[in-house]
Amino acid sequence: MAEMWINMGPQHPMTHGLWNLRVKVDGETIVDAEPEVGYLHRGIEKICEDRTYTQIIPITDRLCYGSSLTWSHLYCLTVEDLMGIEVPERAEYIRVAAIEMQRIASHLMWLAAYAADLGAMIGFIYTMRDREIFIDLLQALTGSRLTYNYPRIGGVAHDTPPNFERDSLRACDYMEKKLKEYEDLFDGSKVFMMRNVDVGKLKKEDAMNLGITGPLLRGSGCNYDLRKDMPYSVYPEIDFEAATHPDGDCYARYRIRMDEMYQSCRIIRQAIQKMPKGKWRIVAPRNAPAGTGLGRVEDPRGEGMMYIVGNGTDRPYRVKIRSPIFVSVSAAKHMLLGYKVADVVAIMGSFDMCIGETDR
Amino acid sequence: MNLFEFSYGIIHWLVDLVNNLWYWLGDVLPWVFGDFFDAVGDFAASHGHIAVMAMLVEALIIIIIGLVNVLNFIWIDRKFMIITPAKVDRMGFLLAPVIFVGSSIAAMCTIPMGFEFYVGTNDTPYSSYPLPGGPEYPGVPASALVAFALFAIAPFAILTAGWSSNNKYTLIGGLRSAAQMMSYEIPMLLCVASVVLLAGSFSFFGIVEAQHDIWFAIPLFLGFIVFLTCLVAEVEIQPFDLPEAEAELVEGWTTEYGGARFGLFMMTGYLRGYIGGALAVAMFLGGWHGPAIIPDPIWFLIKAYIVFVVIEWMRWSVPRVRVDQILNIGWKRLLPLAMLNLLIAAILRTLEVF
Repeated sequence: MAEMWINMGPQHPMTHGLWNLRVKVDGETIVDAEPEVGYLHRGIEKICEDRTYTQIIPITDRLCYGSSLTWSHLYCLTVEDLMGIEVPERAEYIRVAAIEMQRIASHLMWLAAYAADLGAMIGFIYTMRDREIFIDLLQALTGSRLTYNYPRIGGVAHDTPPNFERDSLRACDYMEKKLKEYEDLFDGSKVFMMRNVDVGKLKKEDAMNLGITGPLLRGSGCNYDLRKDMPYSVYPEIDFEAATHPDGDCYARYRIRMDEMYQSCRIIRQAIQKMPKGKWRIVAPRNAPAGTGLGRVEDPRGEGMMYIVGNGTDRPYRVKIRSPIFVSVSAAKHMLLGYKVADVVAIMGSFDMCIGETDR
Repeated sequence: MNLFEFSYGIIHWLVDLVNNLWYWLGDVLPWVFGDFFDAVGDFAASHGHIAVMAMLVEALIIIIIGLVNVLNFIWIDRKFMIITPAKVDRMGFLLAPVIFVGSSIAAMCTIPMGFEFYVGTNDTPYSSYPLPGGPEYPGVPASALVAFALFAIAPFAILTAGWSSNNKYTLIGGLRSAAQMMSYEIPMLLCVASVVLLAGSFSFFGIVEAQHDIWFAIPLFLGFIVFLTCLVAEVEIQPFDLPEAEAELVEGWTTEYGGARFGLFMMTGYLRGYIGGALAVAMFLGGWHGPAIIPDPIWFLIKAYIVFVVIEWMRWSVPRVRVDQILNIGWKRLLPLAMLNLLIAAILRTLEVF
């Protein structure tokens, strides 16, 4: 049969955002693939140069709709590094609890989209229902449900609301029960395993050479988690494990995210229990000194990095954002070649694409 | 508040309104039937009565919503979307919905729902087809074969629609449909062959009558499972809905259609789900046989809708399989199982169990 190019995107149910995947198919088999991103470029790095340091926080929230809190946290970490500020310990624990809740919410949204991609609508409905619990917790903590604008330079915006500790612990207990249910639903499903095992193989060497981070790298058997390997915030004082899986297929990436949700429940529990009393915010100076600040965090999608150059005024001279998905999507061709058209949704779904941060 | 509570509220309000007048009448005319007025008023205000009425209102609302949706499709079609894309092959593009809907409705018409409840083309009784001396049945001879033949035309319409739309997604969808039909028609008809072997008749009436004592789903359990799987693949419902896999092929072979033509495709898809249920009931689940409190056609409908619900249930809970996997399942799993089932049927027939 003749070969032909198919444009999957920019408007396509598979893409989850605004990007284009061109695949060349021979019948049903993929012989070439080419991702195109850039449809959602908003110039966030440039916008940041015109705002004061505080005004940038809500803009960094808009980097990713899936896990906006991680990005504003990353921005605050970077500016604190630039200004040389020590954050109160209570604020650090609140931040850790909040970003782990955000991680669970983000992974649940991924699982919902992935299940819907594979055709199991039941997975979409269950996971979105349980995501609501963590979104509600974050709403109680921050006041909003999608873009939180919660971390501040030198702490967090508010203290925890009443009963937050009790509700968080309950939510973790509930979530661990529900994760068992998802394992029954997905791992117990023969069709789900048929669609995932040995699909979208990514070798460890390829993953490392391409600079891939996050669940994709850990799914290929490389134990690299910034929370362990280059700890920031109060992660060194918290006992958890970085999930890894040796197979490097879609099922491995699914397992990584499931295991990370279990670990996130552990982290939230410890952060809530170890949270000291005291101040949750210190007053940060308006102007940053001339110099550079660097922050790296483990985003749900991989390693997020931010680099800020200050010039002594209240606005940054330059902001650079490293997006994990922008790097990972370059592996699309490696992973797609030789598989069928129907595997495109499984493989690209296992990336957990978030176009907001990819195009910035 | 759900729809039932909403209807319940409306009925409750209406009953209260009428009861005011009613009790007043009972007070004014006590010498006629004072107790009667009270009894009727109390019955009207009772929970059971209001709940039954509320269910009726609920059903009415649902039907009205459905009809409004159909009207909406037609209105959209006439107002904006009477679009035939420029590069399509007009003949195939316009003919495909007609073939799809026509063949499906014709298949539905050939399935009788009871001895006195069928769409007859011929009122003269005649013998069932393979046994000239056998009992006499009404309707089309070999009606089971006719139903399956009409039921199998639809993938052809899908291929026509996919090819003539001149779009890559529809082309892949149409070809997938053809491949799927090829690999699932054979095990399905082998299961039908086993049923026909046991019943000794090609007529739906003969097949259903042969199940008077025991449903064929019990001796031919394996065949029933294979048949149901093939049915899901034939009507293109979720685990096997590759031709319109919305995640990878947008909407598959219906991508280029809009308005009432798309509405026809979609509604007929559900209709085919029901036809599949009716075929499974007639072949394996005893047709219209059941305790006599409920009339035959109602039994048939209840059973058919139960099978339909099972199929839809599967649709929402199982992920979609891949195109090479679907062919593997069809040729390497279902075909041998269908052969085994035919062997079982032949053994049962030889031992004269049936």
